[in-house]
Amino acid sequence: MQIYLPIAEVSVNAFLLLGLGGLVGILSGMFGVGGGFLMTPLLFFIGIPPAVAVATEANQIVASSFSGVLAHLKRKTVDLRMGCVLLVGGLIGAALGVVLFNYLKSLGQVDLLVKLCYVLFLGIIGGLMFIESLNAIRNTKKGKVPTRKKHNWIHKLPFKMRFRVSGLYISVIPPVLVGLCVGVLAAIMGVGGGFIMVPAMIYLLGMPTKVVVGTSLFQIIFVTAFTTMLHATTNFTVDIVLAVLLLVGGVVGAQIGTRIGVKMKAEQLRILLALMVLAVCGKLAFDLLVTPSEFFTIAASGGH
Amino acid sequence: MRTLFALLLLILPTAITAEEVVLGLSQDEVAITTSFDGSEIFVFGAVKRETTIPEGDLGVIVTISGPPLPVTVRRKERRFGIWVNTEGVDIEAAPSYYAVATSGPFDEVLSIRDNLQYKVSVPSMIEAISAPTEVIDASSYVNALLRIRERAGSFLLLEGAVVVDEQTLFRTRIQLPSALTEGAYATRIFLTRDGVVISDYETSIDVRKVGLERWLFSLSREQPMVYGLMSLAIAIFAGWGASAAFSLLRN
Repeated sequence: MQIYLPIAEVSVNAFLLLGLGGLVGILSGMFGVGGGFLMTPLLFFIGIPPAVAVATEANQIVASSFSGVLAHLKRKTVDLRMGCVLLVGGLIGAALGVVLFNYLKSLGQVDLLVKLCYVLFLGIIGGLMFIESLNAIRNTKKGKVPTRKKHNWIHKLPFKMRFRVSGLYISVIPPVLVGLCVGVLAAIMGVGGGFIMVPAMIYLLGMPTKVVVGTSLFQIIFVTAFTTMLHATTNFTVDIVLAVLLLVGGVVGAQIGTRIGVKMKAEQLRILLALMVLAVCGKLAFDLLVTPSEFFTIAASGGH
Repeated sequence: MRTLFALLLLILPTAITAEEVVLGLSQDEVAITTSFDGSEIFVFGAVKRETTIPEGDLGVIVTISGPPLPVTVRRKERRFGIWVNTEGVDIEAAPSYYAVATSGPFDEVLSIRDNLQYKVSVPSMIEAISAPTEVIDASSYVNALLRIRERAGSFLLLEGAVVVDEQTLFRTRIQLPSALTEGAYATRIFLTRDGVVISDYETSIDVRKVGLERWLFSLSREQPMVYGLMSLAIAIFAGWGASAAFSLLRN
């Protein structure tokens, strides 16, 4: 069934969008990532204009994250306090990111930067997670108990706060900084930033994996809602029909994904996420390196 | 007056205004609804003449052109091992859609001179190129635009698609794609004899969004704040709805 999208101005198959939404929703619920880093390239691929894809994707992430976070709230696996601290940094970061994005857009190199950002961050994070999870699995097989570093430089910083759900007593500076960096990247890359947030929470803040997913989703809702509003009011690129089709599939998928995630071991969950991140990274790097079949690209030049 | 005009035509053997196009369109507007999936325009008409059929080969050309929009064509180049966008050429007006249907091979139906004068073929439609000074071959950018749009099916040359009966009646069908831009689609008909345009006629087909599509589009432009909040409200509601539905299923 073909449906005409009023803002994107293209006609697409409604069932294809529902299916894509569902698939990405499952991943979103499983790993606590918004799924934007997968969905945005997929939308480009089916012919949605990039600007519309990025903006609409932010709106869809709001829905799937909200659906996912409700499931986590019931299970009490959301550290609301940590979420709020991260959010403060996240909102400031997102605002800074939009300013940076518009500056780079004026230079005409924004596409390249976005892609390089993807390759760089996906590569580093995916690689680190993969190695770490592999070691963790090997250690549990050998019967070793994983030892968590109790004291590092993070514990020497001031403004300490107790995060009961995460079982942490740390300074608020690292979470705010993590939120800020993720916010900047989220705005530039047009994603929720979960795939950066989740590893940062595990490895930098030392939060337990089970709490990480819910908390990440919680803060993603607000950051993406903020991004959606920015896109809707400045670029007019949020396509509500596209968003509805994606999110109907997405919210259902997120519920299923959350239930799958609970049944899996933390190491398995991490290794799967790492593999997925590396796969997307590989595809993007390949596209940058391989000789294109068409050397020219057409872009609508508005504004001048 | 009319009889005088007819008399004049009889006296003067020149055939410049002897033949005229009378046009019919299956529809003069295309409504884009939610289920819009392309449209077919049926263009038909007749050659009105008040003399006997003149000498020379008759040709009929029908063009439909989408609203002209400015575009930037950028070229990719390998820098430090990766492919990046380098110089760009701004093309001030390129139609988002352009179809040319002819009654025979294009070169035979229309002379080069008249093609340039009336801007009939696709390349002659692309207007006013402003290239930065460092770009040497601006024409390769225009060719790239033509190539990409042709491959995407937005630029069409339909040779022999116009059927002419008895040198008087003509008809053609032109398919409009599903990805249509809103606006007035200029429709032109040219009548030629031996490649020379002897009559032309221009009208427009109004392509516009209607109903829900119209409402959403206007809202997003006129009240972006409301539109954004509405999008978020739908997202939150859908998220909550799915969560509630699943907990009901479990219990």
